[in-house]
Amino acid sequence: MGRLYLEVVTPQGVLVSQEVDSVVAPGTEGEFGVLPDHVLFLSGIVPGELRYMSGSVKGSMVVTTGFAEVSNDKVSVLVDAAEKTSEIDKERAQQAMERARRRLAKERESEDVDFARAQLALERAIARVRAVDKTA
Amino acid sequence: MASLRDILRKIGAVKNTKQITRAMNMVAASKLRNTQGKMEKFEPYAGKFAKVLGSLASRIDPDIHPLLVKKEQVSRVELLHFTADRGLCGSFNVNTINVAEKWIKEQHAQKRDCNLTLVGKKGRDYFKKRGYSITASHTNIYGTVDISFVNQMTREFIGRYLSDETDEVYMIYTRFLGVVKQEPTLVRLLPIEPPQTGEETQEGVSEYLCEPGAEGLMLELLPKHMSVQIFNAFLQNEVSEHASRMTAMDNATKNCGELVENLTLVYNKARQAAITAELMDIVGGAEALK
Repeated sequence: MGRLYLEVVTPQGVLVSQEVDSVVAPGTEGEFGVLPDHVLFLSGIVPGELRYMSGSVKGSMVVTTGFAEVSNDKVSVLVDAAEKTSEIDKERAQQAMERARRRLAKERESEDVDFARAQLALERAIARVRAVDKTA
Repeated sequence: MASLRDILRKIGAVKNTKQITRAMNMVAASKLRNTQGKMEKFEPYAGKFAKVLGSLASRIDPDIHPLLVKKEQVSRVELLHFTADRGLCGSFNVNTINVAEKWIKEQHAQKRDCNLTLVGKKGRDYFKKRGYSITASHTNIYGTVDISFVNQMTREFIGRYLSDETDEVYMIYTRFLGVVKQEPTLVRLLPIEPPQTGEETQEGVSEYLCEPGAEGLMLELLPKHMSVQIFNAFLQNEVSEHASRMTAMDNATKNCGELVENLTLVYNKARQAAITAELMDIVGGAEALK
């Protein structure tokens, strides 16, 4: 079986660059899975959990917005930010979520950029907390 | 002729200055390495991004998105301009400000309004003093800038562009070509020029399966493309600043050394002259006693 090559790239540097067996990523149209010999594929990425399997080792990380490209058994994920789930501090993540919730409630009246920003922040925070909960 | 003590004092002062410039040189060198590392880390992202966007752009209609379409009437332009927050970096700030001012004058000559968004204290001070119209200015943000800040900037530009408050957006930053060569560069941000596609991406591209459709994806990628460009400018400008300061301070240290040497020469000559004069006195006195 041909193996996949996964690359997670952010503006701060390359986070993951290794061979894996399968990848599941949060696309704009819902989660999608990638196995070897996948068709050429491009998708937007929304904040959520990105999982991959390498042998019996499971990997998980939280990503924000960006996009993914699958070509020739190479999965390139380009996102604004990403962190390994194991490195997330659950308490801080939860605090961030609460903060985002409150901001969102406050900004609801003013329908401008700040609202969109707060919403994005909340989505990111929720994705983080969920990912941590699952592994815990 | 200056007295011996004056010369000594001057030598001391120059030596002090030399110490400072040498320290600044070393600080700039370490900062340069640091930011260069950041730039290298950003490179894979930017490179990959340009490739995907290029291949996507080659197969969609360029008229699809307002960010890609050139406006027919251009009466208001915006400029995003980068300078350093601090001086003492040679001709770095002067160069980029000169390029920007010349460009603004050209725009005015074509009867276009020009609004400025300034990054860096030096540019802000300069343009504020001369009464240019400034939309926003950011100071002391080099080093702490991250992609979300840049995204916010991009959103503001795009917002103004789409609501016809501005018709074209440009940016001027100092591109890093090497430790001894940096160059102010003008780039058009809006309307967006999709990156040129390489030949190899031309074939096979059409087989891509896209979610949510090529056009939909393009809509998401275009603002990102702008952010990538701006972020790149931030990094390049910062690296250029440090490189420029390093060279300037290196020169200053060398000049200080030369100055100390010359002054020491003058001091020794003066000392010798004084000794000779004293000797002549003594000899003259002894001669008179005979």
